[in-house]
Amino acid sequence: MLLKELCELFGPSGWEDEVRNFILSRIKADEIIVDSMGNIIAHKIGGGKKVMVAAHMDEVGFIVSGFTDEGFVKFKTVGGILTTVLVSKKVLLGEKRVPGVISAKAVHLQKRDEREKLIPMSELYIDIGAKDKDEAKSLLNLGDYGIFAGEYTEFGDGLVKSKALDDRVGCATVLGLMEQEYRNDMYYVFTVQEEVGLRGAIIAANRIRPDYALVIEGTTCSDVYGTKPHETVTNLGGGAVMTAMDRAAVSDRRYFEMIKNVAERENIPLQIKRTSMGGTDAGSIQRSGGGVKTAVLAVPCRYIHSPVSVMSKNDFDSVGRLSAAVLNELERSDI
Amino acid sequence: MKIEEILKKLDAPLGVSGNEEPVRAAVKELFAPCCNRVTEDSLGNVFGWYGCGVKNAPLVMLEAHQDELGLMVSGVTDEGSLLFCTVGGFDPKTLPGTEVTVHCGDGKYFGVIGAKPPHLVKDAGKALAIENMSVDIGFKKEQTEKIVRIGDIITLNTGYIRLAGSAVAGRCIDDRGGLAAVVRTMELIQKYRLSCDVVAVATVQEELGLRGARTAAAQLVPDAAIAVDVCHGVSPGVSDNAFPLGKGPVVSVGPNLHPKLTRQLLDRAKEEDIEVQIDVDSGDTGTDAWEIQVAGTGVPTALLSIPLRYMHANYEVGDIRDMENTARLMAAWLLGFKGGDQLCY
Repeated sequence: MLLKELCELFGPSGWEDEVRNFILSRIKADEIIVDSMGNIIAHKIGGGKKVMVAAHMDEVGFIVSGFTDEGFVKFKTVGGILTTVLVSKKVLLGEKRVPGVISAKAVHLQKRDEREKLIPMSELYIDIGAKDKDEAKSLLNLGDYGIFAGEYTEFGDGLVKSKALDDRVGCATVLGLMEQEYRNDMYYVFTVQEEVGLRGAIIAANRIRPDYALVIEGTTCSDVYGTKPHETVTNLGGGAVMTAMDRAAVSDRRYFEMIKNVAERENIPLQIKRTSMGGTDAGSIQRSGGGVKTAVLAVPCRYIHSPVSVMSKNDFDSVGRLSAAVLNELERSDI
Repeated sequence: MKIEEILKKLDAPLGVSGNEEPVRAAVKELFAPCCNRVTEDSLGNVFGWYGCGVKNAPLVMLEAHQDELGLMVSGVTDEGSLLFCTVGGFDPKTLPGTEVTVHCGDGKYFGVIGAKPPHLVKDAGKALAIENMSVDIGFKKEQTEKIVRIGDIITLNTGYIRLAGSAVAGRCIDDRGGLAAVVRTMELIQKYRLSCDVVAVATVQEELGLRGARTAAAQLVPDAAIAVDVCHGVSPGVSDNAFPLGKGPVVSVGPNLHPKLTRQLLDRAKEEDIEVQIDVDSGDTGTDAWEIQVAGTGVPTALLSIPLRYMHANYEVGDIRDMENTARLMAAWLLGFKGGDQLCY
């Protein structure tokens, strides 16, 4: 299954090789470029407007930043991961996928005030079982990347759990769109380094200079216990999510209305993201060159940026159908 | 069987305190080939009996606990997720972002303990309390209530990992590591001519307050007992009362432990060239040894511990060499034990 395969690949921001190779082995286009940062730009030549469809290949992860004398591995997070979800999780590090466990002082040894506090990043480290610094260094190098370990698991009422739904759902959707033919001049882009500041999209958009961009994402969903109704952002099972505005981009209003109309016409469930926080590659694309009209369609993901993010297969399906309908609509109408 | 093979067979099955059935089955299977008979008592303690053939031989109890920590369903939220309480002393900080299995009457359900997205976290420095967490099993309230009952057990899906060298990580090396050492000891003594009978015991409900050990020892009142459990391993920020991994079992000394029995273990370690470390426990060791010592008219008791990093976290890290050496030490001591006045003051 495509999404399962994509989710289980190793692709922290800055080391997307495994995802890139997987995608390259599966796509056909008139021209395929891998640029200096590692973005894939697949061009299917057409007659009309230049349309850029983008999803990011990278996921949040880790980078090895040091070794203690006792053989423990110091690390930094790559992308935004709350320390809340780090303690006692399995990770895989480096090209050899060395297994390790993010570790912290046993609960018995924590003082009362320590028990109530999160352990600061500076006191976390990864235990790979090495007996000393030399053994650790024989297994890993400074700068080696890591990811959360974990399998793609289906559960509940049509739900999926995986470490990297953000944004392998986008990669899978774009791969699906590439199976279709659209009359516009289509650029399918798989970007790098979204999680560290929407970086890959900058140079990809500069190269393409598109008229329109459609970004496919995984986005925040907090319709869970302990969250006030006005803070839930999106609902799992509520359909595809469209962003009006976030910290990085403002969706083009007419493009936004067009997508709403298409969803209504095609009877595809759509919800509008109920916050202005967060950001996607649309921010970089919108501000590239002389400016680009952008829109974002996303799959709502509970517990995003954790080893156990969760999505609904129905929502994923809605995003796939809606994005295809939007690309069709872009052939017919001018915004 | 290699110690790691034994450990894997014991680590895989579940055994939350009071619900030890799956691991109990594995214990019986491992005891069977190296014991004359295997029995079980009313609380679920498992006994593997090995007779030396000598009449009126003294009885030695080797024990480790079979139970592990877990969670228990305490409610269903409006969103359909499960509220829970802990069975044993979990560190709540390790739970967000964890995969779990909910064990219901009609089957098992996958779930995750989620965490709020970053923009909703108000006090970023504060750890989430258990009462603010829930297990998401992917169903709405109505369906969840049909499937799950209050009191159902939840276990973590933490797997076994072979780390670098001889280090291993698992869900409950506490105390499956100790139990593996006990099984291995029973294997090692097969080739010896002992002068004592041995009963290997896998106790229940240790994590809830040493309960199985109390009733097991009361039934046996052995002539001597060795409890095998875990102690804290050295890790960054943890050096007091902690021991390096791979440097052998830790022999405890203090009022809970019988001085002569402990001395014999230390002497045997020296003779057999087995590396050991010493832990000074000024009172309650927090292990089954505490209960065994005061069973019946009293039992000379010793405590061997396997150093373990991150005790009671999702992943606990130990070293299989320490488990093997614990077994070698117990076997070596058993060979020299004849009872009589060997343990008299």
